[in-house]
Formats: sequence, structure tokens, C-alpha cells
Amino acid sequence: MTEILHIDWTRCDGRGLCTELLPTVLVRDDWGYPLALHATNGDRSNPAVSPGNVEAAREAVHLCPKLALSLAPQQAKSRQ
Amino acid sequence: MTTLGAAGPAVDTVRGSAGTPQLFAAGSNAGLTEHEQAFGPLSLESIDAGFIAVLEESGLTGRGGAAFSSWQKVAATAQGRGAALMPAKPVVIANGAEGEPLSFKDKTLLAHAPHLVIDGLLIAGRAVSASLLYIYTTPAALPAVEAAVAGRRDVRRIKVVRAAETFISGEASAVVNSIATGVALPLDNRRRLSESGLKGRPTLVLNVETLAHVALIARYGSGWFRGAGSERDPGTRLVSVSGQGAGQVLEVEGDAQFCDVLSSAGVDLSTVGAVLVGGYHGRWIRDLECRLSPSGQGENAVNPGAGVLHILPTQECGLEATARILDYLAHASAKQCGPCMFGLPAMARVLTAIAYGDRNPRLVLELERLTKLVGGRGACHHPDGTARLVSSALEIFSDDVNAHLLGTCTRTTRRAT
Amino acid sequence: MDNALWAFGRMSGVVSLVLFSVTVILGILNRSGRPLFAIPRFSVTLLHRNVSLLATVFLVFHIVALMLDSYAKLNVIDVFVPFLGGFKPFWQGLGTVAFDLVLAVVATGLLRHRLGQRSFRAIHWLSYAMWPIALGHAVGNGTDGTSKWFLVLAAGSLAAVGAAAAWRLSANFLETAKARQGGLS
Repeated sequence: MTEILHIDWTRCDGRGLCTELLPTVLVRDDWGYPLALHATNGDRSNPAVSPGNVEAAREAVHLCPKLALSLAPQQAKSRQ
Repeated sequence: MTTLGAAGPAVDTVRGSAGTPQLFAAGSNAGLTEHEQAFGPLSLESIDAGFIAVLEESGLTGRGGAAFSSWQKVAATAQGRGAALMPAKPVVIANGAEGEPLSFKDKTLLAHAPHLVIDGLLIAGRAVSASLLYIYTTPAALPAVEAAVAGRRDVRRIKVVRAAETFISGEASAVVNSIATGVALPLDNRRRLSESGLKGRPTLVLNVETLAHVALIARYGSGWFRGAGSERDPGTRLVSVSGQGAGQVLEVEGDAQFCDVLSSAGVDLSTVGAVLVGGYHGRWIRDLECRLSPSGQGENAVNPGAGVLHILPTQECGLEATARILDYLAHASAKQCGPCMFGLPAMARVLTAIAYGDRNPRLVLELERLTKLVGGRGACHHPDGTARLVSSALEIFSDDVNAHLLGTCTRTTRRAT
Repeated sequence: MDNALWAFGRMSGVVSLVLFSVTVILGILNRSGRPLFAIPRFSVTLLHRNVSLLATVFLVFHIVALMLDSYAKLNVIDVFVPFLGGFKPFWQGLGTVAFDLVLAVVATGLLRHRLGQRSFRAIHWLSYAMWPIALGHAVGNGTDGTSKWFLVLAAGSLAAVGAAAAWRLSANFLETAKARQGGLS
């Protein structure tokens, strides 16, 4: 099942682990922060993770040195 | 910090445009007596969750900038309590922070019609069964609000909180954070405020003008509200007009013709080079034939945002003006989120270079790249609003960009060096 | 049997010290955000974690062996409460302090997601205190502490960890330091 990877920007320090684990979802920007390759309605803080990438995303959530990532089923969207 | 024609709260220049003023019907500095005479008594007891349907019929949208449907926000908060055994009671916050330097309609409203805002807050509180009510206001309007609250008996539950005077202090999660911890910085938005906001309770943050409209809708009904404005943009809205002469607050009908609004503000249209609509997070406009409406984009409508209309005189350079604003916005970053903390200053450096004489043609592409890079990445919409401003400047002032790259300027007599 | 325990207790202590040195260096590398040659960042993180756990296992071997050993006769109180031992109480106490710190750092490391970043980080900083204390214990308390091979090993470890710590304090320590320069004006 496709899941949503939420990036908490107030915590993220751009250490680059998630971009290594999810190269088809995230790349790094000029300053090292994760950049979602695909935006959902202009939102690039909650990239979708396809079933094949969910395991890697779980690893990224687990290893993120700043605890800036969380993974949730698709229906949980960002606040209005 | 540089602001465009720094317009202070123009508290004595309240006047309606076409039609009768609604929000300021009680007159200047209205006390409780004038307020009750003008609007009649309010029967709070009759308000319950059923009012949400009335709000839906009215079509009221938020007047704080995002223009999100008000009834949906209220309904989400009312349902945000979930199905827990002892659900936490919601919180309603009247947001009068108004950190936008070009906006002063909320300060003006709170100074002249504080009781209307208080009414709206009490009504919204009853509609969602809230147990805590707050008015979050700029220091400028604090005395008027405190005096109004002190003079009423039905407001025991209302707490007045002083807002920080920063650009982002009015962002909904920054409001919640400020009230909870005293730090007016946005929070991560994984959970909706309508589910978990202040003290973990469902939290409804509504702009003070939105609440004033709520107070009128509760009294006179949704049909009356829809009597002004249009189908796609019912009701009236306050606008802050600045940039030419003293700043003014006007109450205009929804979907108003842009040039009519400027004319009723006494603006000489021949001196208007461009207008910044929606403030520092808004757009530049040259087409004065369009209409002010949050819906109908692309159909000759421009989103008024929080109602800021700032006039750029014909002799001033839009690129320089935008570069100054962008520099302000870069400094206004909460410096919590990397893309905003580093992206906005980078954008500001590039635009400043274009505006002040660097003729490297690649600068424009670089600015466009950076603008795309920051969008949709942050705890709040500060990068998005900034990107919107820059994109509109590059579009509206494209002639000026070309002139600057050739070492001249279409506006200022001073040659770019 | 006793001789074997004694030898095993000493050697596991030395192995643990070396592994903790490697752990500290990997931790510093990890903090810089850089990969290690072809090893990606997330693997450096896992390596840091796994080497630290291995070091802890050897530390436990070291302690258990010396508790069972009839000559050292380490008791449970000495393991957790410092400076009460009968033999070289100060130097042995350093080992106890280091062990307590290791327990705190490992436990909070494993519970990082539950504790939250702030508490985790505050405790994790204790690693910088733990390592020199452990080294002091090894040199001062160890039977091999003053033998030449051990001193060479200790000096090598000190140089490596010291160099890593100096790098940690240098201006361009972070991988992203250069890219982020001038960002904040």
C-alpha cells in the first residue's frame, strides 16, 4: 500500500540518509535538504512512497538522525 | 526594515465604499452601547452546532489570507473531538496578529468594532462547544480589546493575548504556539489543528474580520450576507489601501471591480504603475480591469488575500520594490526549516543583483530555479507566499527585467549601474 | 580456569576499549553527514550503532569475567557504584563510571524514538566524557596498562579520537557547511 512520508522541516537538518535510502522519492537540494521529486498539489513535504519503497522509507524513519520523518497510510494529509 | 511606504494603522480613515458600511456601522471607536444600538442584541443562547449550516449557506470565507471556507473549518473543529470517551473541548482563537506590514484592517477593526469581533468569537465558541476562547492581537489594538472585554459580562471565558510583532506571528500554528509557549513560530503540521492544537485540543483559528462577519450572519442571516458581493464571492471585505497618500481601510463588496475600489480610495489611476494585491505573499497586478475575488482565478479575478492593496507609483521600479520586500521576507523567516532559511536569502541575493544592475542574463533562470526549489517545503507557507510574489514580479515586470539586463530601467530616471 | 578467566577479562577490556574508540570516531563521522568512501551515510549510522553494541558486549564480558575471577573478585556493588573497590579504588572507579555512562548512552540510544531527540542528544553527549574516563581506567587499572604494547595502543587510540574530535570542532566539519555559508544574513 502506498504510504505518505512526512518531513518535519522544523527538525530536518539535511543529513542525507533518507535521500540515499529513497533515491526515487527524494534528492538533495543546494543545501543538502531532501527534495521530493514529485509534488502532490504543490506539497513537497509529504511525498508518496510506493509499496516497493515502503520498507526503505521505514528504515529512513528509523535512522533519521533528527527524528524528522514519519510514515503514515495515505489518507492522513497535512493540516488545512 | 524597509517596508513599502510604511503605512501605520490608519484608525481615523475608516469609510465604506459603495453601499453602506456593515462592519463599521456602529461608528468610530464604538463602545458597547453604540454597538448594541447599531446591531441590535445578540441572542447567544440560540446558537448551537446548527449555526454551522447557516455559515455554509452564507458562503463566508476566511479573511486572513487563505480564503478557506469558514464553515468547513468550524465543522472540522466540531468533529475534531473524535469519539473518545471524554473528548477534550475545543478552543477558538480570534487571530488579530496581522504581521503583514502593509495590512492594518484588523487593527482598525479591533480598534473601532471590538464588540463585533467578541460577538463572533462567542458565536463560534458556541457552534463548536468550546471551553476556551482567546483573542490574539497586536499590541496596537490591545488596549481597545482589553477595554471592550472588561466592559462585558458575557465574556468570562475570553482571554486576551498579546501577539508578537513579527511577519509570521499570525500563521495559525504560530498563533497556537505563541499562546501555549510564548514562542510565535510555526509548528510542524503533521496533525491538523482542528484535531490537535492548543493543549492538544481541537483548535479553531479564525481571523478577527471573519469573526465580525460571523457576528453579522448570526444576527441577520445568511441571505442578508449574500446580499452584498457575488455568487462566487459573497459578502463584504475590508481592504488596506496604501502606497499613495495616507493608508486607508475600506469595506468593499465581494468580487468588486479593482479600479472602482482604487477610485473610491481616491487613487488617481493614471499614477498607478502596478498594485501589489494580497501583501508580501501576494501578487503584482497591472490589469486594473480585474475583480477582487478569492475564487475564479484565471477568469479575470485576483485573490485579495488578506485584503492588502499597495500601489506602486508609475515612476518607481517594481523590481527594486520586490527586491526590498524579498529581503524583508528572507529576514522574516523563522529559520526553522532549511529550504526557507537558506532558499529565501539566496533568492533575495539574486533578485537584488537583477534589480540593482547586475547584467548577467543567467540570474533570471537562477531566480526561477530557486523559486521552484523552495515551494511546498516548510512547516508554514512562508516559502510558498514568497515564491508567489517573486513569480508574479518576474511575470508582471518582465519588461523591467529585460531593461535591467541591458543596463537601463523603464521606471527610474537613475540608470542601473 | 582462573588463568583463562583472568586473561579473557583483561583482553576483552582491551578489545572493548578499541571498539569504543572506533565507535566514537564513527559517531563523529556520522555527525558530519559524510559517507565513508563507498559506504553510504545510513550504513555509517548502522556501523556506528553495531560497533557500539559490540563494544558493549565485550565490556560486559570484561566485567563478568572479572566478577567470576577469584583474584579480581569484583562484586556487584563495584560494578555499578564507583570508588568503593579494594584494589586501586580510584582507577577501578573510573571503569565503573565509564560503564555507568555506557549504560546510559546505550539505553537512550536504543530508546531514541520514544525519548525524543532532546533527551537522547543530551545523554549522547556523555560519550565524549565516557571515552577518556575509560582510557584512564585502562591505563591506571590494567595489569597491562603500563606495558609497552598497551601504551602504544592507547596512544594510537588517543591520537585517532583526538584527531576526530579536533575535526569535529573545525569550521568545515559538516558536509553541508560550505553550501550553507552565507545563507543566514
